[in-house]
Amino acid sequence: MSDTVEHAPAVTGDAPGGPPLGNGPFGLLKRTSKTFAEQREATVFVVAVLLVVYFGLKAPNFLTKDNLVNLSQITAPVAIIAVGEVLLLICGEIDLSVGFVLGFSPFLMHYLIDYYSVPVILAIIIALLMGVAAGWVNGALTVYLRLPSFISTLGTGFILWGLMLTTSNAYPANIPKSAEGIGRWIGSLAWAEIIWAVIFVLIFQLILSRTRWGLHTVAVGGNLQGASEAGISVAKIKIGAFMVTGFMGAFVGLQQAFQTNTIDPSNASYQPMFYAIAGAVIGGTALAGGSGTIIGAFLGAFVLSVLTDGFNLIGISANPLNIIFGAAILVAMIANVQLSRLRRAGRS
Amino acid sequence: MTTQATDGQAAAGPAPGVDALRVEHLSKRFGAVTALTDINLHLARGEVLALLGDNGAGKSTLLKILCGYQLPDSGRILLNGEEVVLKSVDQARAAGIDAVYQDLALIDELTVYHNMFLKREMVRWPLLNNRAMRKIARQRLDDMGVGIKSVDVEVAKLSGGQRQAIAVARSVYSDAKILLLDEPLAAMGAKEAALILDLVRELKEKGDVSVIIIAHNYGQVLEICDRVNLLQHGEITFDKASKDTSVSELNEIVIAEYRKALEERHRAASA
Repeated sequence: MSDTVEHAPAVTGDAPGGPPLGNGPFGLLKRTSKTFAEQREATVFVVAVLLVVYFGLKAPNFLTKDNLVNLSQITAPVAIIAVGEVLLLICGEIDLSVGFVLGFSPFLMHYLIDYYSVPVILAIIIALLMGVAAGWVNGALTVYLRLPSFISTLGTGFILWGLMLTTSNAYPANIPKSAEGIGRWIGSLAWAEIIWAVIFVLIFQLILSRTRWGLHTVAVGGNLQGASEAGISVAKIKIGAFMVTGFMGAFVGLQQAFQTNTIDPSNASYQPMFYAIAGAVIGGTALAGGSGTIIGAFLGAFVLSVLTDGFNLIGISANPLNIIFGAAILVAMIANVQLSRLRRAGRS
Repeated sequence: MTTQATDGQAAAGPAPGVDALRVEHLSKRFGAVTALTDINLHLARGEVLALLGDNGAGKSTLLKILCGYQLPDSGRILLNGEEVVLKSVDQARAAGIDAVYQDLALIDELTVYHNMFLKREMVRWPLLNNRAMRKIARQRLDDMGVGIKSVDVEVAKLSGGQRQAIAVARSVYSDAKILLLDEPLAAMGAKEAALILDLVRELKEKGDVSVIIIAHNYGQVLEICDRVNLLQHGEITFDKASKDTSVSELNEIVIAEYRKALEERHRAASA
């Protein structure tokens, strides 16, 4: 390896502190296009566009409003949960329990409103806080008791699942009448779910790439020892990521309940977690820690949804779809690994 | 802290003669292993102290205690004559102690300037002020004469010496009053080592920063330090001004220790 980084743009003598690609609108344009080309999201974005074009041509009803709503409703829950999972994957952890937080949260809201006469807003907040608390427990088990998060969240997931099944007797419940109004804004209006997804994705991508918390998350995942030597509280960062994930799980649980207008115990499963991680991986997040993008995961979730919805529309049954999902995950991961190797090799 | 002199005395800063850092009877065990038995050392304001010792003598443990990464089992640490308990890296930094670790504590995935500002980021709330950090990082590296073309590259792409220079720059510019450097010359070529040594020399001339350098290479370090301490088996066994000692004397002590350990091992093996 040579001592200098040849590819790096030379800094002009008179402006040693300036941004590497110059100022002004032209520099900004260049920088934007360079950034775009370097981002892993770009590849997924192109794949998503190609898939939309393909199904748009192949299935005439693909681009209808009804189907786009449908598409958005498949994408949103995966994307929202992926926000949390990406943060966790970046700092080297995983949450298997999020699908059971999702299952329990609408039941909790229902119990509070119907059995304990808690006001709707408060019941919703408590249901969301339950997710945050579950995340805290996951984080504390992982950080303080040093359990691998694969195990700690496996355990808490089963416990939440059992709690939900025991308290509900595994019967579905109705959405409390008084909650239907606010429920429209959370999940039952056609575009509500995807709008929330976009809001969460944008906010957390900004947090990840432009705030101290995001920087420290990458630091913890990239070099745990180094990060703590630099004074970063590893516990705070990791537990925070678990709490965000728990919150997202609880929120999606409420959304799905409002959107389907029923509280269904069979919503609790590993599936949301698996899809979220698949979306994250397709979007360019490596499971090795230290890197990842939330916008990428959103695009990954969108690709998965387009595949699900598109194949359905052109009449291919859901059964072989898993083969395609599996292949997509593997191709994406191989691309991730190879691309980052190329990037590194090309630069030194 | 005193902010105003009420009776005509100079209020700011420690009284002359008080050590910037004083360590008394410090000890640390890890399970059955005693890393430090009884450490006593002192460091005057503006002094550069070389801490020498063989591998496993406890140098890095001592450093980790001084910078708040680990707590000692017993003993006292005094800063400017006042006892402090350093429970965290943040606390030690707030007290004015900063360290460059042997493993550098750099994050490969982050850019040069983010590494240089790690945990001390400049923020224009709520966002990072990347522009300002980039500019200052660039300036500091230029001041140090470190040849890194862009502060926007990930540190994974830099050479060992460049990485070391970044880690050292991070601490030097942290406004620390006591700087701990753990093997700062370890991964360096002659040119880069000279750069670090110049930096320490510069700090020394300014006079208000005290430095402890942990090093293997006596020759290079003797040139710039005021005093040498030798750490053996968890204790300081040697304390001389650097003008009163020499590379050959230090070598002899270390070789004698090695011989003694070897003899003991032979004796134990034959017994």
